Amino acid sequence: MYAHENRLTAWHVGIAFSALMIGVLLGPFQTWEHAGLNLYPALRAIGIQSYYQGLTIHGILNALVFTTFFITGFLTFAFTHSVKRASKYPWLHTTALVVMTLGLLITAVPLLLNGATVLYTFYPPMKADPAFYIGLTLVVVGSWITGYGLLFTWSTWKKENPGKQTPLIAFASLITMVMWQICTVGVAIEMLALNIPWSLGLLPGTDPQLARTLFWFTGHPLVYFWLLPAYISWYGMLPKQAGGKLFSEPLARLSFWLFLILSTPLGLHHQYVDPGIPAGWKALHAVLTYSVFFPSMLTLFNVVASLEIAGRARGGKGTFGWIMALPWNEPSFTAQALAGILFAFGGISGIANASYDLNLVLHNTAWQPGHFHLTVGTGVAFSFMGIGYWLIPKLAGKELWSKKVALWQAWTYFLGMILMSNGLHILGLRYSVPRRSALGVAPYGSAEWTPFLIESALGGTILLISVTLLYVNYGMTVFAGKKLTREIEMPVAENAEGHPAPAWLDTWRPWLVGAVALVLVAYGPVIYMLLTRLQLTSPGFKVW
Amino acid sequence: MNNQTQLHIHPIERIWIIISFAMIGVFAVAVLTAGFAYGFQLPVPEDRVVDPNLVATPGATAFGEPGLRELSPGNMEARILAQTWSFSPKEITVAVGTKVTFFVTTKDVQHGFHLEGSNINFMVLPGQISKLSTTFNTPGTYNFYCHEYCGVGHQTMYGQVIVTP
Repeated sequence: MYAHENRLTAWHVGIAFSALMIGVLLGPFQTWEHAGLNLYPALRAIGIQSYYQGLTIHGILNALVFTTFFITGFLTFAFTHSVKRASKYPWLHTTALVVMTLGLLITAVPLLLNGATVLYTFYPPMKADPAFYIGLTLVVVGSWITGYGLLFTWSTWKKENPGKQTPLIAFASLITMVMWQICTVGVAIEMLALNIPWSLGLLPGTDPQLARTLFWFTGHPLVYFWLLPAYISWYGMLPKQAGGKLFSEPLARLSFWLFLILSTPLGLHHQYVDPGIPAGWKALHAVLTYSVFFPSMLTLFNVVASLEIAGRARGGKGTFGWIMALPWNEPSFTAQALAGILFAFGGISGIANASYDLNLVLHNTAWQPGHFHLTVGTGVAFSFMGIGYWLIPKLAGKELWSKKVALWQAWTYFLGMILMSNGLHILGLRYSVPRRSALGVAPYGSAEWTPFLIESALGGTILLISVTLLYVNYGMTVFAGKKLTREIEMPVAENAEGHPAPAWLDTWRPWLVGAVALVLVAYGPVIYMLLTRLQLTSPGFKVW
Repeated sequence: MNNQTQLHIHPIERIWIIISFAMIGVFAVAVLTAGFAYGFQLPVPEDRVVDPNLVATPGATAFGEPGLRELSPGNMEARILAQTWSFSPKEITVAVGTKVTFFVTTKDVQHGFHLEGSNINFMVLPGQISKLSTTFNTPGTYNFYCHEYCGVGHQTMYGQVIVTP
């Protein structure tokens, strides 16, 4: 069923995990360098010129390429199998894949040739090769096209199924894509109006403060673009995989609507210490950032309650006995459950970052990579790895090579990430250690840092073992696995309570209007002020 | 057609929702009270913007001759110019008890400025002036780091405040 969609998803997921493989292999080198073991001279043989080129590739491939390719593929698959209807315009999805892949190839050239060592935030006036900006823009445009494809199919499905409520997984996939469409307006303007013409020499200079603001307009909701597909799996699939039901489907729908509204108008919390933004607007975004914490709290309750239903259905007793009864022998479940546990801690460190004045202690310290390796690096990426344990066998038509290796992978990932992120959090909070720095050769390094740098290097090493297990397992499954003799169906959780969602949770207009209005209120005046003070005075520098 | 309007919420989940709202409320009040009532400062737009191409020229702006200036006894301002990959001046010495207001800008790419163990932490952007102040109450040597990636020499970019007894 849905051969075209499955084949396209296989391409998306295949490219995603291939990019991640290169990206994650470069990660441990950073932790080793920090702890005093500098292996970058050896990496020069394969064309990595510096710590910072390695760091740029790590960030771009893991956080931008892996996520975007996986998400577009996974949502296409999840949407199709949720509404049980083939794409209205299959060619649109093929086009999306071609545009994204073309963009990736165009980006890869300067990235690998050290022409774009600007990290994944590419803050101007550091100037990369134009191909870098053009390629990344095409990746985003391709992801939009995937979203349009899903919307066309959905509107046809609606006509074919009058009065029927859109199934949760399809509904949440659409919200993710619409949120992405709204929030990528920022980076699209940054690329098309500033970065691309400026890097081509068509603009005399650029305005770094305006570019940063447009970047973070997209940069924080980007986090929810990563996260919502993981939530789709946690709400819509994981309860079923665990042998239970979704505790409350109506509240799951409510939390997705709240993410649509609240994901975008809060990007200034990345710019609390920017000189060009007034304090009042920063404070407004601080409050809005807290409010997006609410749908995550709803998710925490709902997902844990769903797993409790599963644990009790499996015979678990007592206050905590149901936890032990969950299917910890199933790697897809185990990876996602462990990802969820660490994600909760990432949420807590994120609340500290979001706090207007606490951020003064933490901004751009090692706390930040500590934080986002728990969120995107674990909550999201580790969940996607767990989804891969059923999705890749399904797409390849092969049995998973080894459950046992997959379980070892999950637990080593959990342990490695605890050590690495704990070390980084402490270094940032206690010693103000800056992030994004080749600390091993920094003249200001201190002996007090050493135990925590070693802890994080140990974590990095364990993570390297973990991802090696992951890729051996995926590789053996796809290229040497036993042919599937059974049908793998997408797990779809039922609604436990049998209360359907009220009609107002099925209506797009008020939520969409609210989302756009809130963006205009929270960002309109700030962007207007920056435009009235526009300074296209920064000429562009290549500093690597 | 679905005509239901009531959202069914389980009683325990209702309690959870109330707790969530209460947490968010307490956090917001605590942080904003600390921020505004107790005078935590964040950098905000200065009246003057500077042209990053001219900012280092002596005479053109106050950053042409960066360094420490006394405004009144015990009250100083430090004008620091960031560039790849150094701060100038790289070292400033003040007596204990001195209030120092930092003014920092850059003549090239973005940089950062974080005085270790303090609330002096901000971005340094071309065309903008970042300003925050603090009082040094304990003698010692304090590093300030560039905390935004600014090229291959980024890890060497730092300076020190020496507080004398």
